[in-house]
Amino acid sequence: MFEYAPAPESRSVVEIASSYGLFIDGSFEAAKDGNVFKTVNPASEEVLAEVAAAGPEDVDRAVAAARRAFGPWSALPGSERAKYLFRIARIIQERSRELAVLESLDNGKPIKESRDVDLPLVAAHFFYYAGWADKLAYAGFGPDPRPLGVAGQVIPWNFPLLMLAWKIAPALATGNTVVLKPAETTPLSALFFADVCRQAELPPGVVNIVTGAGDTGAYLVQHPDVNKVAFTGSTDVGREIARAVAGTGKRLTLELGGKAANIVFDDAPIDQAVEGIVNGIFFNQGHVCCAGSRLLVQESVAEELLASLKRRMATLRVGDPLDKNTDIGAINSAAQLARITELSEIGASEGAERWSPACELPERGFWFAPTIFTGVTQAHRIAREEIFGPVLSVLTFRTPAEAIEKANNTPYGLSAGIWSEKGSRILSVADQLRAGVVWANTFNKFDPTSPFGGYKESGYGREGGRHGLEAYLA
Amino acid sequence: MPKSSKVLEAAPARLTVRKTYKLFIGGKFPRSESGRTLVVNGDNVALASRKDARDAVLAARAASAKWAGATAYNRGQVLYRVAEMVEARRAEFVALGVAPTEVDAAVDRWVWYAGWSDKIAQVAGGANPVAGPFFNISAPEPTGVVAVVAPPSLLGLVSVVAPAVVTGNTVVVLAADPQIAITLAEVLATSDVPGGVVNILTGRYAETAPWLASHADVNALDLTGVEHPELAAELERAAAGTLKRVLRPPAGGIDFTADPGLRPMTALLETKTVWHPKGY
Repeated sequence: MFEYAPAPESRSVVEIASSYGLFIDGSFEAAKDGNVFKTVNPASEEVLAEVAAAGPEDVDRAVAAARRAFGPWSALPGSERAKYLFRIARIIQERSRELAVLESLDNGKPIKESRDVDLPLVAAHFFYYAGWADKLAYAGFGPDPRPLGVAGQVIPWNFPLLMLAWKIAPALATGNTVVLKPAETTPLSALFFADVCRQAELPPGVVNIVTGAGDTGAYLVQHPDVNKVAFTGSTDVGREIARAVAGTGKRLTLELGGKAANIVFDDAPIDQAVEGIVNGIFFNQGHVCCAGSRLLVQESVAEELLASLKRRMATLRVGDPLDKNTDIGAINSAAQLARITELSEIGASEGAERWSPACELPERGFWFAPTIFTGVTQAHRIAREEIFGPVLSVLTFRTPAEAIEKANNTPYGLSAGIWSEKGSRILSVADQLRAGVVWANTFNKFDPTSPFGGYKESGYGREGGRHGLEAYLA
Repeated sequence: MPKSSKVLEAAPARLTVRKTYKLFIGGKFPRSESGRTLVVNGDNVALASRKDARDAVLAARAASAKWAGATAYNRGQVLYRVAEMVEARRAEFVALGVAPTEVDAAVDRWVWYAGWSDKIAQVAGGANPVAGPFFNISAPEPTGVVAVVAPPSLLGLVSVVAPAVVTGNTVVVLAADPQIAITLAEVLATSDVPGGVVNILTGRYAETAPWLASHADVNALDLTGVEHPELAAELERAAAGTLKRVLRPPAGGIDFTADPGLRPMTALLETKTVWHPKGY
């Protein structure tokens, strides 16, 4: 492996205040009971800021503000709503370097990813839905589709600003107003987004940001004056939300966990497949609901492929998220590191063979070396449960039918990958996989025009594309 | 045949051969495994049990891959054949008290949905213009096995079954009116609908629906026919355990004579998006 000189991105492009309030009705304010929590840089454990923890009264105020804003906002001509969203998209582009650094600081993801993937997609998402705002009658949901009202949205920590964009852009384009709760460990980019809204002169109350932990999210989704709930996160929490919403008439979309199969056939171009496998599981430290966490490789090429994969893994650079050379950044939190560590230990104790490249991890912060398990069977917990970290389980198969059977043998159904040079095989396998997104000879590609969402227990509803409008329209 | 037939009363010399109303599971007409019956409008109809519901799910799952994998053209032909057979049995439905205009509407609804089979994918899916050198297409697919609490009329029953099966789902229907539902089952059994695609249970839906709502091999739950909001909420909560897609009973009821729109179909569809790079 080459030695790389450090190439740090400047931290000074972002100014983080020592404390942040809740963004309600266009201004920042403290939580009523004064509760706060700290958000840390997972790469250094340094405290970045203190953030208000919203209680029930704060959520009430945010929902009330969104309700007041709903009438005028939904009455605006679509072309005017569109222009607000275009403004937001432009401001995000203008501030993208600052926001990328902020995201890497709060989340731990490599600057290479926040700069080249997250931020461009965030801006593109607002651009895409901006254009829909005055064209809703042509979207195929009837001649006069109407907004639902106040949307309560709860997002995860793995792509904080991108998940915010996936939630807020379609909600606003369709004339709804929003109360959004970012994840407890990554609240900062949502609070900076509040400032983007102020710069765009978005009317107060159209977007409200309430920070806090799980109980804040629970107040929000159970609030009686919320008309629509959108959640991205774990399947277990998704189930709880579906139960809580039952019988209330609230509309619900859920984007939950996954355990995607990445299937490599014997005719696949090995080098490209290896790149795809690495991208599939080590992108964003494996903190990806659609990660290709189960590698299904055809037996006849397993040995060659694994040798090549291990060679490639040995070149992955783990470390400082702000270094432009870094491939794998910090694990987002101590709790997530503990879960990854626990499941990996279970993998080894259940009989799978563990391998990681030699790799020096920083002393402070939360880190996990890229890891693969071979000799994994379908009964192993590491083949069944979402690890949400840089850990790949390798299984083998002999026939396409066996690959499909194993790929579908999970309660999840979010994504899948297929690697083969044979077009007819790709199309047939893609048809038979029970997953909402199928990447053939590629992996982890996203686009605002491309609907994303799961089958089975990976949730329901789609985000992105024309399909993504449906969740916010009556 | 219904016991009120005037023709039979006019010919007392010959005793009527009555119909036994049983369940419809996997293309066959079994009695309830529980041996239980219930008197409805003077007939002993099968009172389906939890075990019958499970058997029906097994049959629906077994039929799923082949029906979902049939060509859309083929499914359209089968649904059109159903329309033909309802038309042919018109007198039987009328004798059960269904208004002739409702039979007309039911026939027309089968025809309407038959035509959707090879059009819905073009309306609900299509190419996505992603910003990169990729082929990217979204297409709807059936969600799988759908449990349906049906509303109590022939048109209502057809309006919940046809949109589910036209796209390739298979269904377990908890019927409200046993005679109408089992007569429709006889139509389906003679219409080239593969066994197991539509399964019909009669009896008390409040007894069987909770088992279907919590069944891990049921993908979606259509509550259109549930009258009580508390029961609907309870079933929706049970469905949350396996994150089923739930169609809630419409507030204020449904006018089944109106244009159904796309929603009855799209609510039971998944969207699959496939990416592939372009290049040499």
